[in-house]
Amino acid sequence: MNTPLSHYLLFSALLFGIGFAGAVARRSAILVLIGIELMLNAANLNFIAFWRYGPVAGALTGVMFVLFSIAIAAAEAAVGLALIIAIYRLRKTVQVDRLDTLKG
Amino acid sequence: MARVVQYLWLVPAFPLLMAGWGAFLRRDRRRTAAALAISGVAVSWLLSIVAFLTSLGARPIRQTWSFNWLDLAVFSVPLGWVLDPLTAIMLLMVSFLSLLIFIYSLGYMARDGNFTRFFCFMSLFAAAMLGLVIANSLLLLFICWELVGLSSYLLIGFWFEKPAAAAAAKKAFITTRLGDLGLLLGMLWLYSQSGTLLFYDHGRGCLEQSALARLAAGTTLGGMAVSTAISLLIFAGAVGKSGQVPLHVWLPDAMEGPTPVSALIHAATMVAAGVFLVARAYPLMSAGLHPAALQVVTWVGAVTALGAAAVAVAQNDIKRIIAYSTISQLGYMMLGLGTGGVAVGMFHLITHAFFKSLLFLGAGSVIHACHGEQDIRNMGGLKKLMPWTFATYAAGMMALCGVPLFFSGFWSKDDILRAAWSWPVSVVPFVLGVAGAFLTAFYMTRQVSWVFLGQPAGPASAARESPPVMTVPLLILAVFAVFAGFLGTPVWPWFHCYLNGERTPLEPAALVAAPQLTLLLLSAIIVGLAFFLGWRIYANVTWQSSRQTDPLELSLPALFRLLQNKFFIDEFYAATVVRLNAAFSRLADWLDRVVWQGVVDALARLALLGARFSRAFDESAINAGFDAGCDDLRSAGGFLSRAQNGRIQRYLRLAGLGISLLVLALIWGCA
Amino acid sequence: MPNEIAFCLIAAPTAAFAVAAMTLRRLVHCALCAAAAFAGLAMLYLQLDAEFVGFAQLLVYVGAIAILIVFAILLTSGDEVRTGSSQFSPAWLAGLAVAVLLLAALALALLLSPSLHRLAPSAAAAPVKQIGQELMTRYVLPLEMIGILLTGALLGAVVIAMRDEPEVKPPASKRADPKETTSLP
Repeated sequence: MNTPLSHYLLFSALLFGIGFAGAVARRSAILVLIGIELMLNAANLNFIAFWRYGPVAGALTGVMFVLFSIAIAAAEAAVGLALIIAIYRLRKTVQVDRLDTLKG
Repeated sequence: MARVVQYLWLVPAFPLLMAGWGAFLRRDRRRTAAALAISGVAVSWLLSIVAFLTSLGARPIRQTWSFNWLDLAVFSVPLGWVLDPLTAIMLLMVSFLSLLIFIYSLGYMARDGNFTRFFCFMSLFAAAMLGLVIANSLLLLFICWELVGLSSYLLIGFWFEKPAAAAAAKKAFITTRLGDLGLLLGMLWLYSQSGTLLFYDHGRGCLEQSALARLAAGTTLGGMAVSTAISLLIFAGAVGKSGQVPLHVWLPDAMEGPTPVSALIHAATMVAAGVFLVARAYPLMSAGLHPAALQVVTWVGAVTALGAAAVAVAQNDIKRIIAYSTISQLGYMMLGLGTGGVAVGMFHLITHAFFKSLLFLGAGSVIHACHGEQDIRNMGGLKKLMPWTFATYAAGMMALCGVPLFFSGFWSKDDILRAAWSWPVSVVPFVLGVAGAFLTAFYMTRQVSWVFLGQPAGPASAARESPPVMTVPLLILAVFAVFAGFLGTPVWPWFHCYLNGERTPLEPAALVAAPQLTLLLLSAIIVGLAFFLGWRIYANVTWQSSRQTDPLELSLPALFRLLQNKFFIDEFYAATVVRLNAAFSRLADWLDRVVWQGVVDALARLALLGARFSRAFDESAINAGFDAGCDDLRSAGGFLSRAQNGRIQRYLRLAGLGISLLVLALIWGCA
Repeated sequence: MPNEIAFCLIAAPTAAFAVAAMTLRRLVHCALCAAAAFAGLAMLYLQLDAEFVGFAQLLVYVGAIAILIVFAILLTSGDEVRTGSSQFSPAWLAGLAVAVLLLAALALALLLSPSLHRLAPSAAAAPVKQIGQELMTRYVLPLEMIGILLTGALLGAVVIAMRDEPEVKPPASKRADPKETTSLP
């Protein structure tokens, strides 16, 4: 039995939703970052699914996109975690609801 | 001669320049002021001599020089000057007398603090008078006429701290102004009728044949010829300036000014300007078949001659007597102009200028010696104390009375009486003239007796002869007073022929011809009778105080009081014209303070009301609206800024909400 | 052709691990669950015939990013159990609601789309040679950009996280204490 495309897409949507929920509901900045990574992964899955189920599989557009996406996600995670470390050094906390000095 | 005529303007220009320069001098620069004034008028005198000599044998006898003063596209106003015998003789007389009187003033005004201002004004007067004389345009003449009036005002009111002097200056100016109004109207009418104000302009001038013919032909209200009407208006100006009845009231009061001023302005020159104007406008006045203007001139002159002489009989101020005498003699000049023509009137003007200024300067010498005393009843016996003054004064008095043969006044007055006798219209002016001559001799005898004869009394006892700077001009004038008459005797009528541009014949027989001899004898008798009467009444009486009554007053009290009060003319004017004027001015004041002020106040209040309304509207509507808008903006901004609490999770939530809404919107759009 | 059963067998644990990663109390547990979720996703990639991507996913995500996260947790003492303060942020319910809304919107979009029943084509391959060729020809610019980006990110991360060393000052001026001020360049 073959899975239709929609299953992959729904699954990626589900992962996206889970990642988003974690990003907005948890206090720790690291967990926000993990949530963001989950969201990115869900999007990557979307791309691969569309590539696989697309009409022209010869053009590796989806695959290339995902490769670049993974690279960027790695860079972003590095910088983000460095920031978290720096903030921790300054404020002794990584709870995002305490980091509100830019309030209006 | 053309060159002389072109530069004729230099004659008044020098005194004008000196007046301008003198206006900026400091008060203590007395020598400079005097030097400026005297040098200015001396140069004018020399230039006048040049002009006179040029005009002696010139052909044509009259030359003009004009230029365009005001040149607009639609019309142009030319001005110019003329050199003819009338101009030349007046220039000579005015500049010479000005020079003598300026020199005299050095001594007379020596004690005065406003020396500099005096000479500045006198120079201005001299310039204006000379300009008046050379004018070829009625406009230029009028300009100088007004300037002369202004100088007269400034000089009458020279001691303006005295209320009487300030009032006299004002009276002089206003009274002459009434006459000037007539002159202005006449000038405007003449311009509208003839299209030019130049007197002589190569046939186009308003005193030349073509213009005169047109003016005499036109008629105006009352069937009068236009030329007559214009002449009467111009004569009105002369009436004011020359002190004819009824505008004579300013001249006696003008004696408030310094005596040199009275001598120059109110005896010899300014008052003569009116006579000069009539002489200048004579072609206009005599135009047409029945020149009615000249008749008016004659009657006015005759009445003035007698009336003023009568008033002079009862006056006690030394200068006032001479002032009324001046008015009377001006009347004679008008009489001469009206009956005999330009030469007759002008001859008397010239001789009168000399002996009247002589009399004034002599009176000034007396006043100076008596330290300001002017009442003749407080003087006496000055014959011994001031011999030179007495001698010259006596010469002048003889000339004024017209003592036969050797004094200039006789010949000129004789001319006038002869012309009046042969006037075709009426013989009444002749009678009035003879009566006036009698009174003239009488009041002069009275004055001379009181001032010079008898015993010294009061301030006169301390008098001494005046310094040479004052007596030398007196001497010079006395010479002229005697010998100037010989220029116009019937035997050798040089003056008359010169004015008409003819050669002068020598006619010894004219002296004994029929009307001439009769008149000569008549004049001699009249003058002799008056002298005798005056001598009898006044000569041997010594005065103890000025409280004593005049012998004439004792015998004819009512008449004397009438004459002393100048026929109550001043009082009559005060009760009528002056009161009317005061009423009008009160009306105007009320109008201004109540009506116009009220209107202005109402407008101001209206404007304020508008302003207040505008401000209320501005504050309530605009400001409130604007402020409310700003407050709303601020609160909106505050709301938006409060939404940013600095927590990224809220932002993320909002972004997610936005994305989901966007997706839903897209679905809804596509489905 | 991807098999339905295989898909479900891979997807279900992956989803469970993801939920666990977002809800567990101790951060290390969250990090490990996240790594497991990444691995599950790699298996899905493999199922979808994207072998290179799957292995790359394992290498990068599980091998680098997850380890990085663990390091960060350890360096920031995030593993300590705090008493009193909640694990969840103050408005967690609103966040959850928004997440549910988002999910609903996406699901709705999917269910209404014609992609619902598309089946996979027969053959699809992503050979590494071809990926390399593509990288060198068509995607050479993005490749270079990624290189620069990674270099920048590396340097940036080092600079940000670097502890400021106190400098040796000359004896005249005051000696500065090592402060924990971050001077973010």
